[in-house]
Amino acid sequence: MDNIMKMRRAGWWRGSLLALLTALAFAAPARLVAQDWFRTGTGLGVAKARVAVADFAPRTPASQTFAALFSDLVRNDLDFSGILDVVSKSFYPLQVPSAPAELTNGMPWTDPPAASQFLAFGNLTADGNDLSIQAWFQDVRNLAAPPIVGRVYHGAVSEPDVRKFAHQFADEIIARLSGGVSGIASTKLTFVSGRSGNKEIWVMDYDGANQRELTSLRSISLTPRWSPDSSRIAFTCYPTSGAVLSPQVCMYSLLTEKLVTWPRFRGTNSSPSWSPDGNKIMFMSSMYGNPELFTADADGGHVQRLTHSVGASTSPSWNPKTGQQVAFVSDRGGLPQLYTMDAQGGDATKLPLPDMGYVVDPAWSPNGQLLAFSWRRPSGNYDLYLMEMATHQLVELTRDSGRNERPSWAPDGRHIVFESTRGGTRQIWSMLADGTNARQLTTEGQNESPNWSLTAVQ
Amino acid sequence: MPRHVGRVALISLLSIVAIGAGCKKAPVAVAPPPPPPPAAAPPPARPTVTLQAAPATVQSGQSVTLTWTSSNATTLNLAPGPGNVAPQGSSSVTPAASVTYTITATGPGGTADASARVTVTPPPPPPPAAPQPTLDELFSRNVKDAYFDYDKADIRPDAREALSQTAQFLRSYPQVRVTVEGHCDERGSTEYNLALGDRRAQATKDFLVSLGVTADRMDTISYGKERPTCMDHNEACWQQNRRGHLVRK
Repeated sequence: MDNIMKMRRAGWWRGSLLALLTALAFAAPARLVAQDWFRTGTGLGVAKARVAVADFAPRTPASQTFAALFSDLVRNDLDFSGILDVVSKSFYPLQVPSAPAELTNGMPWTDPPAASQFLAFGNLTADGNDLSIQAWFQDVRNLAAPPIVGRVYHGAVSEPDVRKFAHQFADEIIARLSGGVSGIASTKLTFVSGRSGNKEIWVMDYDGANQRELTSLRSISLTPRWSPDSSRIAFTCYPTSGAVLSPQVCMYSLLTEKLVTWPRFRGTNSSPSWSPDGNKIMFMSSMYGNPELFTADADGGHVQRLTHSVGASTSPSWNPKTGQQVAFVSDRGGLPQLYTMDAQGGDATKLPLPDMGYVVDPAWSPNGQLLAFSWRRPSGNYDLYLMEMATHQLVELTRDSGRNERPSWAPDGRHIVFESTRGGTRQIWSMLADGTNARQLTTEGQNESPNWSLTAVQ
Repeated sequence: MPRHVGRVALISLLSIVAIGAGCKKAPVAVAPPPPPPPAAAPPPARPTVTLQAAPATVQSGQSVTLTWTSSNATTLNLAPGPGNVAPQGSSSVTPAASVTYTITATGPGGTADASARVTVTPPPPPPPAAPQPTLDELFSRNVKDAYFDYDKADIRPDAREALSQTAQFLRSYPQVRVTVEGHCDERGSTEYNLALGDRRAQATKDFLVSLGVTADRMDTISYGKERPTCMDHNEACWQQNRRGHLVRK
């Protein structure tokens, strides 16, 4: 506990953590072509690039609402990215360009109070049912260089299309500024909601927009997880008919919008987790009496038992970087604790956490270096923690804000989505992986068990 | 005529007759007057008899006591039933239906009879047979849940008692099949609670097997924390939810 307290008091840790996360992102090889790869400077300290997002000019009166929506979405996406400072609109010059030809002088943007390095700008045309957006992202310190991003988007005059293009534009900006790690604005979250009367599997945009129900099983559906290619969601369901009614691994296909057959087993079968290559599912099953970990092919074939232990083993999480290790929960020592094990099975090693009692919900970060989890405190609250696997150092992400559980990483390794009761009811929240910038995504009914897609999802 | 005159006249008359007889007639032997006829023996007294029934109204199957007295009777006959009886006495009868008993007393002086009516009321209808409890009712009365400590699947002493009672019922009714559900309180992760519920269901079933309930009569299912029986956020409710619960299949 002393370690954690020391780190909290030294507030530098948070900024350093983000630096660590971003620096680790840099460690991934990237195309070093000067025009489309820019350092943000965060690896060198805590300064983030300052970006201004001008209001996109509506080319027709009918374009005004969507132009404003587009601009706000881009601003929000860049702000939530965690690697940029989005300059407040109140610092912008009065004259805002709608095309590069109008951007003749960078100084109104680079000088205080704006003091920005980059500018996103453009225009939007809603003509009948044709939507057309021209968008640029420019280094305003170097107007001679071509824009970093220059795109034209065509679609329907509809909110879904405006959202889609805003997110694509923001993602591309982030990719350019962070050395190839794509932004997450086009990713989606799957989660469980009870708002329609039963717990069903739902999906929504990463910012909480477009919440919609996927399953209508009118039963109890739990623990959804995206396949790595975002084509399927594996989850836990209670069948309502058939010979075996105990919980099962169920599989939803987003391509057909239907359940895909998956074998049923005796006992409790739950918590399916995908291998990083999408070929295998690891899950908990008590088909032989005790809840243990098993693997199967993605279609449910070739079931193999991995653990042979007293107590229950559940909640497997693969190391997404290597695919060779899993972290999981086991109460073989009394209370549930975290263990790691080779993905083929074999001896399990208890994670060297200080005596923390009840620890659950492990989630391995995309770069394989951090493990997020939930710890039940003696006070009764649950808090999210990160452990750096190499050093076993701990970082506390939440405190004194209700129960916080079920963390899931965004594919950029910089964001975490989780469930929290801090607002009074159980809702989905997302935040930066250093615990800052928490945002509530759901409000209706009770919502839980979120999982972040690893790719953009249309 | 004054009485004494009458008498005097009579005596005079008799005297005259007597003198007359003694006078101018030839002496005649006079037969003595015939003796008066012997006084008839007084006629024999007529018999009397009384008869009483107590109680006079009975329910079918109950007894009645007949009591009689008599006088001047030498033979008594009580019918229906006892027949010849002593001049006084009592007898217990159990008439099946309403009946009039008659006792006849016979003696030199004649006969006499007396009767007593006994009314027999039908018995009250038997009370309707208490409805037999259904097997479901017996099940819910006798099958008890097992309750668990926080984060535990151990069978604790109060659960042992509850399951002993449950096992006794299940052994007595071998046709009953059950699903043993394992439940958890709202705290803790969904995923771990699915496992804990599984272990609670299994522990409950195993204990029943150890008490002689055959395993193939019992299914298990874990509901984790998904099917709470109460929704409050306090230990009283949490304890209610931490249970192995039996449901009849």
